[in-house]
Amino acid sequence: MKNTSKKGAWIGLLCIAALLAAVVVLENVLDPNKNIMVFTALKKGAVYALVAVSMNLLNGFTGLFSLGQAGFMLLGAYTYAILTIPTSQRDAVYYIYNGSAINFSLPELFGGGAVGLVLGVLLALILGGCVAAVVAWLIGLPVLRLKSDYLAIATLGFGEIIRAVFQWDKLGPVTNGANALKNFPTFTSFNIQNANGETVLRLSTFVAFLLAGVCIAVIVLLINSTYGRAFKAIRDDEVAAEAMGINLSRHKRLAFVISSFFAGFGGGMFAMFANQAQAKTFTTAMTYEILLIVVIGGIGSVSGSCIAAFLYVAASEWWLRFLDAETFIGGVKVPLLRNGFRMVVFSVVIMIVVLFFRRGIMGDKELPDLLKKRRKEGAVK
Amino acid sequence: MSENVLKVENVTMQFGGVVAVDNLNLEVNQGEIVALIGPNGAGKTTAFNVITGVYQPTNGAVWFQGEKIVENHPQGKMKQQYKGEHAGDYTQVLAPTPDKVTRLGMARTFQNIRLWKSQTVFDNVLIAKHCRTTSNVFSAAFRLNRKEEAQQRENVLELLETVGLADVKDELATSLPYGKQRRLEIARALAAEPKLLLLDEPAAGMNPQETEELTAFIGEIRDRFHMTVFLIEHHMNLVMNISERIYVLDFGKLIAQGDPAAIQNDKRVIEAYLGVSEDA
Repeated sequence: MKNTSKKGAWIGLLCIAALLAAVVVLENVLDPNKNIMVFTALKKGAVYALVAVSMNLLNGFTGLFSLGQAGFMLLGAYTYAILTIPTSQRDAVYYIYNGSAINFSLPELFGGGAVGLVLGVLLALILGGCVAAVVAWLIGLPVLRLKSDYLAIATLGFGEIIRAVFQWDKLGPVTNGANALKNFPTFTSFNIQNANGETVLRLSTFVAFLLAGVCIAVIVLLINSTYGRAFKAIRDDEVAAEAMGINLSRHKRLAFVISSFFAGFGGGMFAMFANQAQAKTFTTAMTYEILLIVVIGGIGSVSGSCIAAFLYVAASEWWLRFLDAETFIGGVKVPLLRNGFRMVVFSVVIMIVVLFFRRGIMGDKELPDLLKKRRKEGAVK
Repeated sequence: MSENVLKVENVTMQFGGVVAVDNLNLEVNQGEIVALIGPNGAGKTTAFNVITGVYQPTNGAVWFQGEKIVENHPQGKMKQQYKGEHAGDYTQVLAPTPDKVTRLGMARTFQNIRLWKSQTVFDNVLIAKHCRTTSNVFSAAFRLNRKEEAQQRENVLELLETVGLADVKDELATSLPYGKQRRLEIARALAAEPKLLLLDEPAAGMNPQETEELTAFIGEIRDRFHMTVFLIEHHMNLVMNISERIYVLDFGKLIAQGDPAAIQNDKRVIEAYLGVSEDA
């Protein structure tokens, strides 16, 4: 029993290492200028996978229906951006407000260069998560007394309020008002260049995968720990959980804070992916996108959320792109194909998927569960 | 400290105008099996809920192992409204939540089985151990509590073997037959390492043979774990066979107490269960 679980963990680690290696190879073999969409989809998919898993921790494993994910992502994205914009760029970014109120940049504080970049970005992302976690703790005090739909509405409202607050003119010197924060280190900053400024080794997608992978691994470890089991008990039967000595308010708050931490971390990564942070991108529509990923992947399945995140992003950003372009075949314009038609087809695809996979792609199973089951069936035969 | 484990003192529980429990007094001593019986709607489960912290009583107090754990808690205007016996005796507010009561050492089962449906038999029992872990989230997530975790798993396995569920430990809790689900619920309560086991109608919905097995099982648990058991029951066979003392509730009032033989011959108890004949 113990041996198999250890063996499983090693196999899992090997698979992840192989995946990361494959990403590095792919990025350096394929020409990124010709395959922009592939790498966009992979990076955004990695970010969305992390945020979807963090939402799944709350919605799927603890049974708290929360819709505040975009709000926490916003907190993480802004914290990351504000802490990492180089001091030399601050005047240009904050030109409306005559410069920034915060005049330091974490990568520079760590001495700049490659080491400063890695440490600074990592610390800024973690601090972004921490800001989201602290805010989650504060709003969790009143909000977590609510249940199901009411909790969803309250957290939805929180997301909207945060978005409005960050666009407030008076906060301009810090948040740059309604304008975008930019010029901070992004995933492409991690590409290694030689002295002539030519890119030698592309690591941008690898960094996105590595960060998301480590975070998801931590969430998985948590879910499989005694606290994760307590969360599942709360989801299955709150009354029984409380009667068996599980402090409901404490555990719910814990799940909420941890989920928000990783949403904030993912928000920082989203800023890195998008090359800018602007409050108006973090709308409720973004929360719904993530909720959709969680539902399609399977509520209560981490691997489902990851798979669904990549499928969702690839389908919406890449595979269906051709529908947006006006196409002529033999001099005849193909009907319906015009800007925006992609989303119509995409909605239909989503509906079909939800109809045929009622419980999501994975249900509440994980990838290894499916393999195990098959092996068992084989043994019976 | 007296030897009683549980002492319910002048507990009254009102819901609006309904008095569900009226000035209840009872004691459960170390190592005893005590039953609380009564017709439907007599207030037995309400009494249980007051003891375990689900409801705050309108008046009265509950003592556990010589320590006062519940004292009347004014629910809204209740405190002013209450004008019955012992009004004003209890002024302190002690209102622990059910999870705290469990951690103090009282574990309960439910009348309608409440197992965690998506979990296996083993996990159901293991989760109950959660309230006894000393590790925090970080040490648990990063596996710094391996020793404790392994210890807990071993204890759970041992417990499952003792209660005879070791062979079905990897099955879903809900896939078990009814009698075994009951058994599992009791095992889960035992995993929380209680001093006092509270069973809410453990034989509800069981056939005579299952009831007989359960009777033996409860006795076994008491002997093996040196447990004190306090149970609510409808099955007279089970109650008369295993309980040392019985309390009888009717319309929220305690109408009789004593050993099984005395209860069987108590006139008021017979009246409460069978009704009063018209010429009496």
